[in-house]
Amino acid sequence: MAGDMHVISEHQDRMTLSIGPHHPATHGVLRVVLELEGEIIQKAQPEIGFLHTGIEKTAESLNWQQANVVLDRMDYLNSLGNNCGFCLTVEKALGITDRIPDRATVARVILLELQRIASHMVFLSTGGLDVGATTPYFWGFDVREHILDIFEETCGNRMNPSYIRIGGLAQDLPANFKEMVDAFLKWAPERIKEIKDLVLHNPIFIDRTRNVGKMDMNTALSYGLTGHNLRVTGSDFDVRKYYPYMGYENYDFKVPVYTNGDMWDRTAIRFDEVDESLKIIRQALDNLPDGPHVIDDRKLVLPPKAEVKQSMEALIHHFKLVQYGFDVPAGETYHATESPRGELGFFVVSDGGNKPARVRVRPPAFYATHALPALLPGHFISDMIVIIAGIDPIFGEVDR
Amino acid sequence: MTAQMPAQNEVFRDDGGFVTTTVDSFLRWAQSNSIWPLTFGLACCAIEMMNLVAPRYDIARFGSEALRASPRQADLMFVSGRLCNKMVPVIRQVYQQMPEPKWVVAFGACASSGGVFDNYAVVQGVDNVLPVDIYVPGCPPTPEAVIDAVEKLRVHIRQGDLKGGLARNG
Amino acid sequence: MANQSELIAQAREKVNADVLPALLGAFAGKVEQIPPSRDEIPQVFCKPEAIAGVAHFLDEQGFNMLVDVAGADYYPKRDPRFEVIYHFRQLPGLGMIRVRVRCTEKDQVPTLSVRWPGANAAEREVYDQFGIKFKGHPNLTRILNPDDWEGHPLRRDYPLRGPRALINLEMPADENRYHAFVDEEQPAPGQTKEGK
Repeated sequence: MAGDMHVISEHQDRMTLSIGPHHPATHGVLRVVLELEGEIIQKAQPEIGFLHTGIEKTAESLNWQQANVVLDRMDYLNSLGNNCGFCLTVEKALGITDRIPDRATVARVILLELQRIASHMVFLSTGGLDVGATTPYFWGFDVREHILDIFEETCGNRMNPSYIRIGGLAQDLPANFKEMVDAFLKWAPERIKEIKDLVLHNPIFIDRTRNVGKMDMNTALSYGLTGHNLRVTGSDFDVRKYYPYMGYENYDFKVPVYTNGDMWDRTAIRFDEVDESLKIIRQALDNLPDGPHVIDDRKLVLPPKAEVKQSMEALIHHFKLVQYGFDVPAGETYHATESPRGELGFFVVSDGGNKPARVRVRPPAFYATHALPALLPGHFISDMIVIIAGIDPIFGEVDR
Repeated sequence: MTAQMPAQNEVFRDDGGFVTTTVDSFLRWAQSNSIWPLTFGLACCAIEMMNLVAPRYDIARFGSEALRASPRQADLMFVSGRLCNKMVPVIRQVYQQMPEPKWVVAFGACASSGGVFDNYAVVQGVDNVLPVDIYVPGCPPTPEAVIDAVEKLRVHIRQGDLKGGLARNG
Repeated sequence: MANQSELIAQAREKVNADVLPALLGAFAGKVEQIPPSRDEIPQVFCKPEAIAGVAHFLDEQGFNMLVDVAGADYYPKRDPRFEVIYHFRQLPGLGMIRVRVRCTEKDQVPTLSVRWPGANAAEREVYDQFGIKFKGHPNLTRILNPDDWEGHPLRRDYPLRGPRALINLEMPADENRYHAFVDEEQPAPGQTKEGK
């Protein structure tokens, strides 16, 4: 939209403009250095690291189960997804993937998809705010509040719950879990459709987002983009379909694909993904089995508290797990999961001890942020705000 | 309004159509009811800060709904999230750009003390860098806790305990 | 529809049967096969100077996605202490391969950021966190830590608390602060503040 309307002379002096790290449009603490001719961006260089927390280093200093807790704080809109990705990776390294009880797996699926909806709601709210629409902000956060209520009841905390543990769940689901999710599933679709009607077909929104930040599939792949950023370019790469984990191959859902690659598509695909997530939750909730919520292996999970007071052996296990943790066989393990922002991969190196030797997170938003030099040139400054909102970076994850 | 006021700082005394007060306490009363926070989002807690303005918690009930993007129009800084070494010069500059009086709320465990991140990158509490008025515990704190913190801040402002950086420099 | 896990297994077999022997043949002496770990991704060791050629070879074999560039430090257990670990993936095929480059601090690993611009930032992160240098990288500077940071934090011999590891906990809390709270200029000796 922007680039072809203006003929840009090569001889004009360029202006350098630094935006951020404290800027409301950068969704956190991103700094972008822009080279401008008039209002047209010619060159862009993102600078990250303003939220570098040393999460990987901290995780390497804790034992396997404890490392879960700091990894929560990474992508804070998807904390359960971070937990789940790390736990699946360690479970793979331990070789216990098949022994995780069904109840835990299905509960993980439900919680992850709820988390995905909550994260998408934040994307739509703040993305709407960035183009000047205030109403989606209020409505989106309202939907998110309902999901956070379920989390608070289930996990004990609204965000960063560390509920998914290696071997299963931290505790069993509450008795009214089914009713809560059921009530949400009855209430939410209508509300989400209202937001969708409000946002997607609004002429101002279409003007601001159509043909802004276009990218084709090969460029997107070469920049390492995944998730919705890749799927708007025509690829149907979704880790849940390509490399199914937690039984995602048994659920009936589609991967929405758009081909235009612009910001409107990036918003529209989010609504479709929310619909698919609702479908998955419905199927999972109908098939939520009874049974244990953690693996029956005293070397990995804490024994029940009542048993600790009675049995000597349980007390020893309890003591060993709290004091030392457990060993993971030496080796390298990579496991990918689909976070709301793309492929969230965990690459874990164990040297055979009770602490990880290396925890590497493959952050989807890190790669998306560094595609900005390819996305921004040729656009107005005001389009930059839309583009940054569209690729949906979460800086806790970008900087880690 | 009168019922909420602490006795020694009574602002309005309605004695037959007259309102008498001191300029100082009147200013404090006005300040305390229109605290404009700065949108200084760092990490997880920034999402809960956005929740404050959202319908369920609605901080507009307490006069703080106008979140300002520019530090020059704000007088309350929520340091929402962990503060990292690379961000220290930035947060100092932002704080210096805020007009006085200005208050700082350390939002969450990381901003208060470093939280779970006792490592090379995270400043162990934002009070190493800025003068903090209120600490809110929690990881992240619930919006109710933050509303309580803002309430406490308002009470202290009315009482004149927290001068908002004026006494420190003067 | 065929079972997805069978398709993944087939793709893995194909990589094991076709790509790996061809790779080992093309880079004899530079590439060495190692048994896969629990995640069953085929993996090879590779000499630092050969990684650009290996990546080009894999690109021709359809590995069009560079999933991740990670660093790892095996100090003190191995002698070339560092490893740079590349994950490649065929899209829309399902094959994955892991290439591990063992290197020392002095080695220069050729950059892959020409073919995969996404590797640019990832290699900068490896440089920042481990101090591994990449040859031909357009902008090899620190990315996560401040520019004037000393040391490379993710090395195993770097203390968790970084500069604060040297702080004596016996000191009073006010002197213990990493960043001074007030950055006023101290008055020159023999001159009081009021006298200014």
